[in-house]
Amino acid sequence: MEKLKSIIDFKRLQERLIADRDLTIPTLVIPAGTCGQASGANDLIRIAKRELLSKKLTEKIHLRITGCHGFCEMEPSVVVEPRGTFYPKVGLKEMSQIVEAIEKGKVLEGLLWVDGETKKTIEKKDDIPFFRDQVRTILVRNDKIDPIHIYNYIENGGYSAMARILEKGNPEWVMEEVKTSGLRGRGGAGFPTGLKWEMLARQPNGNGKFIICNADEGDPGAYMDRSVLEGNPHSIIEGIIIGAYATGAIEGIIYVRNEYPLAIKHLVIALRQARELGLLGKYILGTEFTFDIHLMRGAGAFVCGEETALIRSIEGKMGEPRQRPPFPVQKGIDGKPTAINNVETWANIPIIFENGAEDFKRTGTKTNSGTKIFSLVGKVKHTGLVEVPMGATLHKIVYDIGGGPVGEAKIKAVQTGGPSGGCIPANLFDLTIDYESLTQAGAIMGSGGMIVMDEQTCMVDIAKYFMNFLKGESCGKCFTCRKGTQRMYEILDGITRGEGTLESLDLLEELAITVKDTTLCGLGQTAPNPVLSTLRYFRNEYLEHIKHKRCPAGVCKELITYSINKNCTGCQLCLRTCPSEAITGKKKDLQVIDPEKCIKCGACKNICKFSAIDIL
Amino acid sequence: MVSLNINGLEISAEEGTTLLEVSRFYGFPIPTLCHMDGLSPYGACRLCVVEIGEGAKAKLVTSCTYPVGEGLKVRTASSRVIKARKMILELLLASCPQSKTIQDLASAYEVRKQRFKQEYEDCILCGRCVRMCEEQMMAKAIGFRSRGENRSIGTPFDTQSEDCRRCGACIYICPACQLRCTYTERERPICGGCANLSPPCLEKEGFEDMMCYMTPCVACEIKKD
Repeated sequence: MEKLKSIIDFKRLQERLIADRDLTIPTLVIPAGTCGQASGANDLIRIAKRELLSKKLTEKIHLRITGCHGFCEMEPSVVVEPRGTFYPKVGLKEMSQIVEAIEKGKVLEGLLWVDGETKKTIEKKDDIPFFRDQVRTILVRNDKIDPIHIYNYIENGGYSAMARILEKGNPEWVMEEVKTSGLRGRGGAGFPTGLKWEMLARQPNGNGKFIICNADEGDPGAYMDRSVLEGNPHSIIEGIIIGAYATGAIEGIIYVRNEYPLAIKHLVIALRQARELGLLGKYILGTEFTFDIHLMRGAGAFVCGEETALIRSIEGKMGEPRQRPPFPVQKGIDGKPTAINNVETWANIPIIFENGAEDFKRTGTKTNSGTKIFSLVGKVKHTGLVEVPMGATLHKIVYDIGGGPVGEAKIKAVQTGGPSGGCIPANLFDLTIDYESLTQAGAIMGSGGMIVMDEQTCMVDIAKYFMNFLKGESCGKCFTCRKGTQRMYEILDGITRGEGTLESLDLLEELAITVKDTTLCGLGQTAPNPVLSTLRYFRNEYLEHIKHKRCPAGVCKELITYSINKNCTGCQLCLRTCPSEAITGKKKDLQVIDPEKCIKCGACKNICKFSAIDIL
Repeated sequence: MVSLNINGLEISAEEGTTLLEVSRFYGFPIPTLCHMDGLSPYGACRLCVVEIGEGAKAKLVTSCTYPVGEGLKVRTASSRVIKARKMILELLLASCPQSKTIQDLASAYEVRKQRFKQEYEDCILCGRCVRMCEEQMMAKAIGFRSRGENRSIGTPFDTQSEDCRRCGACIYICPACQLRCTYTERERPICGGCANLSPPCLEKEGFEDMMCYMTPCVACEIKKD
């Protein structure tokens, strides 16, 4: 690729790319983010390529491999543009059938999406409730963009915002626009981005100034940033360049967790291509502006997502947080001014400059503008990535978009914000999603993880799970966090084993408050949240475990017994499945589970066709 | 010079000093464990927390690391602070009961019970030894490894260190190494000697035979008579 030497060069390139494309030619779009690839998208791609080549269809049908579209439950899926036909869960044989159908201009009715409620088939992706009820400002770009081809990004309008900003030549104006847009950091704290940039811009230049993209997404169950990093890396790069221009930063760093190999690969390719084209590096597009971005990989520590620990990690030291003040904008990497923003925050920047800050403000609420991507996972029908305007209700996300509960059991609660967050019970699902109302309810927005729980989820077990995660991930510097998380886990473990007492519950609460009050960083300060919020809304479950040694959800192994009821036909399927030979009985007779041998794995319950196995 | 308010007293302090330094200068007692004059402040033990700010924005911060700021309102012994210190001491007693420093602090704050499962560790990871070795002895032979439950202090990969000069400074300043002047009974991990003036060591036979090289506690004072 030839380096673009001026803004006019860029505009000419973009015009040419747009003019050269033909949007009427049918395009086979295969999403191949990590979720797609894990479900078999690579095989579909292989078959599609083979079909197109062998039948000499490459001129007539285009193939576009993109990142994740968000409907992860239905991967591997295929979309046919420009019609917008959506084929969910495509099998290997069906792939070749689809290619044939496209050639003939047909739609395969039998492979289309069937709505669970109405039982009707829906052809077009945009008509399916999962997609229709979202406002996919950021994610819609994943549908259209091939992440490893920069020309594709440019052809879809990419880097125009950057070019326009460079042309205008007014960094102050850029910052004012971001401030006007009301964009708040999407990493969890919700700090106004424009204000952060202003604080960085005010710091003296000359000695080095850093701007960082925090791509160390560590919350269990959260993968929103991953889909943007994999599917649209250039949007983040463009955002960072704009940020650097506004604040005077001369070096950018993307700190990405090592556990995202596809994201790393796509970022490396994207950075290389951007440099080749002259969009990064010295004298960008022939202007005075010089800026470059480096990629740094994490090493497996959740705590390094915390900004001061991240800075220490970049400096080459162990990821330990430090006291603030002084704040990173004043003293960051090597003591130099540094601003850190989350991936989703960066992805919003080119969008603000596409149609202006006023337009951006039209989505969302007065104090929370824009959209937010959530990873909707757990006991819900349509798991995947959901993008909604700030101010949408939980009910809309869980029921309208998510499709409601996945089985017979009713939805009980939603956990937001990962291990730092809290649970919101089902009776509060009219709550609107914004930073303030979630905090009042005892949860936090966090980075966007949303785990749906039903009646078969034990809330004490959930608190224990998150405490286990946090005690392993605590950096260990603060005595209260290190020992506090260990002791809280000890108490919770005791409760799930039936060894809890009311005194231990009081101790748990007291300890939780101390840990919250006395630790240094966000990890420790929010570590008690899962405990405190489950105690606030589901105290009765704790009391059941303590007073009656019972687990109402049927999860805590020491407190449940598997038993066979009268529905048993004696088919002995369970007997053959049981890994510990705990089931005995004669054929066609009632089978019996020996509680001494039973390891409560649940294999018998899963395989029984007569609902004969109960958890007591 | 900045002016701030500590416990209702309006004072002024030099910029760059910490809340701990200023509070102690004016006679307000603040307990510390990982802090040591001559070493850089670390903020690991969290005992020195003080309350700053007002109303809903009030929070606890470690005074050993927090710099003085204009207009700060500091309370070194509010009820929130005392509750926190007591819980921290309970946790310390639950982990490392053989340390005289911890026992004395617990007595001073009237912590008489410990409700967690008793452990007998010999390190509280306060980091004094690491900082001593690096900053005063200029050897940097030991450091922290791993995180969370697995965090420990030692030489790189537990190898014999060529940088360690066997000076013993780390042992000297370790608060956990300072044994009580009597052996710790497993059934009674809390001495409480200084609080109730009837230390178990007085009742032990052969007390004179035990080597006690630590700062005398009240037991030694009583025994003298």
